[in-house]
Amino acid sequence: MTDAGIKGRLVSAVRDFGWPRVIIFIFVVLLFLAAPFVGVSVSASLSDVLNRFGQNAVMVLALVPMMQAGAGLNFGLPVGIIAGLLGATLAVQFGLTGWVGFLAAIVLCLPFAIGFGWLYGRLLNKVKGEEMTIAMYVGFAGVTFMSIMWIILPYTSPNMVWGYAGTGLRTTITLDGYWTRILNDFLAVRIGQFFIFPTGVLLFFGLAALGMRLFMRSRTGTAITAVGSNPDFARAGGVSADRMRTISVVVSTVYGAIGILVYQQSFGFIQLYNAPLYMAMPAVAAILLGGASVNKASLVNVMVGTFLFQSILTMTPSVINSILQTDMSEVIRILVSNGMIIYALTRKSKVTK
Amino acid sequence: MKKPILLRTIFADNLVVVIFLVITAAAVPVSGLPLLSIAQEIVTRIGRNAFLVFSLILPIMAGMGINFGMVLGAMAGQIGLIFAVDWNIVGVPGLIFASMIGVPIAALLGWMAGEVLNRARGREMVTGFILAFLMDGVYQFVVLYLMGFIIPLHSITIKLSRGYGVRNTLNLDAVRQTLDRLIPLKIGGLTFPIANYLVMAVLCIFIVWFRKTKLGQDMRAVGQNQVVSHAAGIPVERTRILAIVISTIFACIGQIIFLQNMGNMATYNAHKQTGFFAAAAILVGGASIAKATIPNVFVGVVLLHLMYIVVPRAGTNLFGSAMIGEFFRDAFSYGVIALALVLHAWRKRANADSARSGLRGGAAGNRTEPPATIAAADAGAGK
Amino acid sequence: MLKRLPGRPLFFHKGSAMVKSQPLLCLDGISKDFYGTVVLKDVSFTLEKGQILGLVGENGAGKTTLMRILFGMPVIAETGGYGGRVMIDGETVGFSNPFDALDAGIGMVHQEFSLIPGFTTTENIMLNREIKHPGIMVELFGERLSVLERATMRTRTEKAVQRLGVRIDPDMLVSEMPVGHKQFTEIAREIDRENVRLLVLDEPTAVLTETEADILLAALKKLAADGISIIFISHRLHEVLQICDKIVTLRDGTVVKDVPAAGHTVRDVASWMVGRDMGAARAVQRRTLEAKEAFRVDHLWVDMPGETVKDVSFSVRDGEIFGIGGLAGQGKLGIPNGIMGLFPSGGHALLHGKELPMGDPKSVLDAGMAFVSEDRRGVGLLLDESLDWNIAFTAMQVKGQFLKPVLGGLFRLRDEKAMRELAEDYIGKLEIKCTSCKQPAKELSGGNQQKLCLSKAFALTPKLLFVSEPTRGIDVGAKKLVLDTLRHYNRDFGTTIVMVSSELEELRSICDRIAIVDEGRIAGILEPDADLADFGLLMSGQGGSR
Repeated sequence: MTDAGIKGRLVSAVRDFGWPRVIIFIFVVLLFLAAPFVGVSVSASLSDVLNRFGQNAVMVLALVPMMQAGAGLNFGLPVGIIAGLLGATLAVQFGLTGWVGFLAAIVLCLPFAIGFGWLYGRLLNKVKGEEMTIAMYVGFAGVTFMSIMWIILPYTSPNMVWGYAGTGLRTTITLDGYWTRILNDFLAVRIGQFFIFPTGVLLFFGLAALGMRLFMRSRTGTAITAVGSNPDFARAGGVSADRMRTISVVVSTVYGAIGILVYQQSFGFIQLYNAPLYMAMPAVAAILLGGASVNKASLVNVMVGTFLFQSILTMTPSVINSILQTDMSEVIRILVSNGMIIYALTRKSKVTK
Repeated sequence: MKKPILLRTIFADNLVVVIFLVITAAAVPVSGLPLLSIAQEIVTRIGRNAFLVFSLILPIMAGMGINFGMVLGAMAGQIGLIFAVDWNIVGVPGLIFASMIGVPIAALLGWMAGEVLNRARGREMVTGFILAFLMDGVYQFVVLYLMGFIIPLHSITIKLSRGYGVRNTLNLDAVRQTLDRLIPLKIGGLTFPIANYLVMAVLCIFIVWFRKTKLGQDMRAVGQNQVVSHAAGIPVERTRILAIVISTIFACIGQIIFLQNMGNMATYNAHKQTGFFAAAAILVGGASIAKATIPNVFVGVVLLHLMYIVVPRAGTNLFGSAMIGEFFRDAFSYGVIALALVLHAWRKRANADSARSGLRGGAAGNRTEPPATIAAADAGAGK
Repeated sequence: MLKRLPGRPLFFHKGSAMVKSQPLLCLDGISKDFYGTVVLKDVSFTLEKGQILGLVGENGAGKTTLMRILFGMPVIAETGGYGGRVMIDGETVGFSNPFDALDAGIGMVHQEFSLIPGFTTTENIMLNREIKHPGIMVELFGERLSVLERATMRTRTEKAVQRLGVRIDPDMLVSEMPVGHKQFTEIAREIDRENVRLLVLDEPTAVLTETEADILLAALKKLAADGISIIFISHRLHEVLQICDKIVTLRDGTVVKDVPAAGHTVRDVASWMVGRDMGAARAVQRRTLEAKEAFRVDHLWVDMPGETVKDVSFSVRDGEIFGIGGLAGQGKLGIPNGIMGLFPSGGHALLHGKELPMGDPKSVLDAGMAFVSEDRRGVGLLLDESLDWNIAFTAMQVKGQFLKPVLGGLFRLRDEKAMRELAEDYIGKLEIKCTSCKQPAKELSGGNQQKLCLSKAFALTPKLLFVSEPTRGIDVGAKKLVLDTLRHYNRDFGTTIVMVSSELEELRSICDRIAIVDEGRIAGILEPDADLADFGLLMSGQGGSR
């Protein structure tokens, strides 16, 4: 192969992947390289990144079905998150701890996730083409409505309710004594002084990813891909676009619910009220960073994107702040995540017609 | 065929307004607030908020939906105010100074936003929403890091203790209420901020005039059908960008008016909910993604703020918890926007479907039978 | 007066005397090919001032391309330009976009309406040419801030509409207008332009009632008398003969006849259109088939934009190859699309006596029907996916084939091995040229993509196969193979085939009977060896029984 040939291929590969992604990738590499020079331990950082990867990856995974089905970026992820919160709070209410508690939370959230997802899916089917904005506001409305529920619902567990009033859930509920870090610490491997490999949570993600992969290779999954790439083709092949979209929304919502449970066990707290409002954004930014487009997403996109995104979130505060002697992490986070989303929204569709 | 659709349209058009009216009307007595104080609040808030809501009209007319990117204009206005306070220019001149700084910035930001939105056809609203978040980051960067550092600030009281960056709360005493109090008018226990109303009257006249101009006509055309407009030679992209630029400029001025009434500026948060409030107001006032009129603005501001004033208190009285009232207010506002968006999308498809069904067969088509025989056809050719 | 745009090459000499002897329009040796496929070859004709020229021809004869060249559509330049010259008033012109053509005085009324539904008649007619009121703002900020003079615009509109001899309310919204009025509004817009000299109308009477059509034709004669030249494209030959001064017939991209209209009949024109040089030897051997009915359609209507079906009924015998032909836009493509449920439809369709539900592709597929769409890239294939994925898709979705159970039948996944075997089978049978069965469909040539679509349909082992435009845009070798394959499946497996095609020769070479669709209805059903002129007449709405 000639020099020009290799260069040409490289340029076109970069253009396909997108300059912003390449720039961010290089940025992350630079951060890791610069770390030791500013007194930040690379192994500790890596350990941190892996932890946060496990913490967030399942929620990012939740975006895949809807994107493949052409239903857009799921800004309505909060709907699934609410289902997860219901599962978690119920498990704590019943006083279930440890593995039993965590698994109970998963089982309890499922009926809610499926139910909410189904309703949400029906709604989205009626508004094809404007899904994303509506998804956002349905999510917001749902979260604030649930906030009323958190106050009203008859929870009694002393760990969860306000001390004085005796009713109404607190804003933040600790999972100490329940299932904090149950996945992260499971089979964790310590290497050296600073590095802990959080085997459990990564295994769980692996399981979730495997489930998603098998789903996308099934008959339904094949149909979903067709609907997202070319609805006319799918229709002519006897596939009901509405049904596939609804199914993709339900799967997405279920994964979102499980995703928040994984997030909570790693974070150590259940966050209620307005916390879930904007939780979809980082997930969306992550998957787009990993190379997904508005109607095509793969598992590789999820893994690469989550890793890169969490690297930025972890490394920027430590490294940049050491260099500049000031805390710019917030600004950088905002610019990177939203910039990524804007980039994806303004790109032309990549499906060949 | 016509009657049921008519009925459906009028009802659906105003479904959102009706729901809002019902809930708010029910909450007024429950809240226990005196009518006079409610009325005063409304009168003041019209003067304070309506200008911002007006900025949404043109992008809707140009077919770009709700311009969540108006937040960029609000940010520009805030930067103008920061400088006005920094240079200690008081009163109405201070407001004018802030506008003179803010408007050019708003125009520039609006142009950029328009370019971005043109690249995201069909997804303008979502893109505008995220763009607002993105520019929030840039705004933070400028105001929190660059101001007092590269961008000189005179007054020490504005800066953070570390020496650069603007404080979290900016005291706007210099211009507090200056527009509101410029021409006060007391009627029956209510104080009317006449100067604000005058400014808005000028804006209304502008909008009415604008609609009659060629540019306004072009915008209306582009908003309805880009392909036909383009085929007719109308510069579609440019027209859309102009709509966003004007919208952003209005948002800038509107935010300045808003903040002078508040008297205080939460430097990093004041602009965050601007888009949401304006959108909720105009939708509650009966506008849709495709159509917005001046009455929509006023009706919407009155209704929305009525709800905001009354419902939390009603919630407290009913449930004994102020939080419930506030959450309900928020949930209701978000829900109303979602409802308005869903209704619009639904009706757009229903209209397209029914328009096509008029062409469907089974019915006595559009043409009568052609001549029965070839001979008759030749005879018809009549040469 | 003609506006000279800055920077544009001058193509008119301002003020030069109009030489009376020069025709208004002269096309000289126009030719055009799209990436090697010749669409127009050496087309030449002239048009005098105030003359009406009728342009007739079948689908693919080149009418649309020719008009696109005349009107300066960008697609022409983007695909390699054209050969020959277009001359107006004796001067060669070269339009690079429609605005140049408009400036030169050429107006075009397309088949699809180019109107803004929420605007009134006046606003549409004056779109982007509104009359402006000068004022301060104009001086300061530019032309677009001038206020529109609505009263003057209204008067202009009324005048333009009157010129056509109709009554349309200038303040009525287009969305509330009956279809005929929309057509008149479009035409009024073109003739309102001050410098209009040549008007091209593409099937203007398609949406009009008989009375409205008469009014329009009268109006066109009046316009011609006023000095405006007209190119009238229509398949309604009696109309063409009614108003045109001369008739130019295109066939396969060349002009086969260029004669004055006087003294000719509809039958003459019809036979020029479809051609006379077909030997009877090309027609298929007649064969006797059982009279058993395999498939019947009663009063079918289909709402497919551009191919509306109004009222179609026919019956297909078991083991038959039934052809459906007709001109573009007359509805033949709507028939299979509607029956398969891809577009809103109504009426009745029965397969072996059992009624098929309308609008539900899955049930129709379940019942044993398959469809090869005319849009192979948009509907037939998922171009980013591999060959085997495409071939197996419908069989997988409809019949649950090519799935393998996993974990003791807990769920079923794609059986890649079985899919590969299936693909290789068809690659061999249909001689699909590819690098492997994993090659993405988008990399195959048109002919091979068509074979893929056929494979996808055959994989369903259908009882009845609808094929739409099976050989459109593919090379001769592939054409033959596709037709042979269809014949093979029909003869050897007894698959009943309904074939929709614009190419009459193709239909005549393989079908047992051929129906011709005109204006959304079946104009008639003929034997393949019937006289070509009869086919032509059916296509133009005359002759034959229903």
